[in-house]
Amino acid sequence: MTIKHILAAAAALVAVGGAWAAGADLGQAQKQATNWTAIAMFAIFVGATLWITKWAAGKTKTAADFYTAGGGITGFQNGLAIAGDYMSAASFLGISGLVFANGFDGLIFSIGWLVGWPIITFLMAERLRNLGKFTFADVAAYRFAQTPVRTFAAISTLVVVAFYMIAQMVGAGQLIKILFGMDYVYAVILVGVIMMMYVLFGGMTATTWVQIIKAVMLLGGATFMAVAVLLQFGFSPEALFTKAVEVHSKKDAIMGPGALIKDPISAISVGMALMFGTAGLPHILMRFFTVPNAKEARKSVAWATTWIGYFYILTFIIGFGAIVNLIPNPADYYVGGELAKGLKGGGNMAAVHLSGAVGGNLFLGFISAVAFATILAVVAGLTLSGASAVSHDLYASVWRKGKVDSATELKWSKGATLALGLLAMALGIAFEKENVAYMVMLAFTIACSGNFPVLFMSVLWKDCTTRGVVVGGTVGLILATVLTIGSASVWEAVLQNPKGTAWFPYNSAAIFSMTAAFFTIWLVSILDNSAQAKKERALYPAQQLRSETGLGASGASGH
Amino acid sequence: MQDVINRVTANPKFLEFVALRSRYSIIMTLLGAVAYYGFILLVAYNKEFLATKVGPGMTMSLGVPIGVGVIVFTIVLTWVYVRRANGEFDETNAKLIAEAQK
Repeated sequence: MTIKHILAAAAALVAVGGAWAAGADLGQAQKQATNWTAIAMFAIFVGATLWITKWAAGKTKTAADFYTAGGGITGFQNGLAIAGDYMSAASFLGISGLVFANGFDGLIFSIGWLVGWPIITFLMAERLRNLGKFTFADVAAYRFAQTPVRTFAAISTLVVVAFYMIAQMVGAGQLIKILFGMDYVYAVILVGVIMMMYVLFGGMTATTWVQIIKAVMLLGGATFMAVAVLLQFGFSPEALFTKAVEVHSKKDAIMGPGALIKDPISAISVGMALMFGTAGLPHILMRFFTVPNAKEARKSVAWATTWIGYFYILTFIIGFGAIVNLIPNPADYYVGGELAKGLKGGGNMAAVHLSGAVGGNLFLGFISAVAFATILAVVAGLTLSGASAVSHDLYASVWRKGKVDSATELKWSKGATLALGLLAMALGIAFEKENVAYMVMLAFTIACSGNFPVLFMSVLWKDCTTRGVVVGGTVGLILATVLTIGSASVWEAVLQNPKGTAWFPYNSAAIFSMTAAFFTIWLVSILDNSAQAKKERALYPAQQLRSETGLGASGASGH
Repeated sequence: MQDVINRVTANPKFLEFVALRSRYSIIMTLLGAVAYYGFILLVAYNKEFLATKVGPGMTMSLGVPIGVGVIVFTIVLTWVYVRRANGEFDETNAKLIAEAQK
């Protein structure tokens, strides 16, 4: 082992540690040669989806159509759409890149992103569907004072959406440089404009179908790659692993856990953020209102879990496939033909290079287009959920006290979409040179510390009160943000403080901020003896009946 | 409507049903959590075990089937819950509501 190898290994270890804290990240990228095949494929995707948007626009006449596609999506369709929301470009390129660099550690990482789904299935899905109409605030505020709870929920939604969105927009800008060979700013404008057209004209119907198409393309493309890799080894994983260990610089170390998990507290804390944060992501939660009843809501999560789990198994095979196909051919895939200089376009390009290796230029174009379409679809979903928080929670419920007709509310949701779309583009450009690696993880941490405890306690604990959820949720939101700022991934990597000065020693705040939120909700609620609190407790049996049985829940089209 | 709510919530069979279903949800949640955190704690405290080969002369380590196993287990767990909730639980649910509306 030469010094060069040791340095490369050390660099990779640092990268893995950062990725674990940050969510797979696309980082800064070098612009590559213009890839016309990829651009043409992407143009076809955009053309097809805009055609669907035109069809969807004809069906989007009321606020209910805009928020929930009229409640007419089936469980299977919704499962694909949820999986589409969740399988971002960062998880496809990032996780396969992580497997390519470190082997087994990539699998550990991906498993964390799956385990939130059973929690949603067992605890949330049907209760959400039975109590809610358009946004998760409908559920959280069901028996509480509308103004404070909805205001909190809307702010929390917008904060989560903003962080998630910045990460996506910056990712799009970096990706377009390597995938299409176009400039950063084009990506931001392209994503912003097309996404606004989906949401503005087609509302939830278009957003759902864009997500379904993208999910099918991504799953299809990834399946093809995994099968092609296994075919090279006569469908023997053992033969694939043997060859990978032979060519990889880390040799047998890629078959076991490496440096991904440093201390158990961080590991458990990251696990909590992923496990419970998934159940607090507003753009995921609002998908439960697009299906007609609790039965379909449950089916949608079961399908979503299936597709996401299957996808992570594929990325593991793809990562190993990249090891055995790319490393032996440095001339084709590495900068200057030298292994030490890294993959062309960076470590996240492993899956993209592999697509060229197993499927030729046309398939490489397809996978590049799919990766970019993925960002587009995810951003559309985020914008829709942010716009709903503004128009349904803040405008219609808080400001107008629910006394507003559907046409006016629809106008407001479209206005909010336009504003959020422009904001997303501005943020994407503003953050071009910034390190945004921590943002997706921060969004999950806030979702698990603010939204999840509020939802969980308001639905399942009878003594919970308005004061409890608002104070507790706010504590969770603030603590999650402040502690994340104090951790090494922001304090040192973003704020440029010297190494070792981060005052929060763990990778994730979740274990502290989520616990604090639950504790505060409990404490403030039991100390709350106001008349309002008594009224709210008295309303629990009726809420419980509806959440458990669906009696009185909004119907499919009658929302 | 208020009548129906009162009748259903006063029905001891409803409370029993809700308790049964909640218990089932919690057990399933715990199973999912135990599988995941068990795996993570193995990674944190016993890396050598996961790096052990599945057989003499093999390259594949125990970690691969265990890791893929956690993914498959998660999927299966979800479907087991959904089948029971969409079948047995929904039937009981419908019966209780129908009884109260008579």
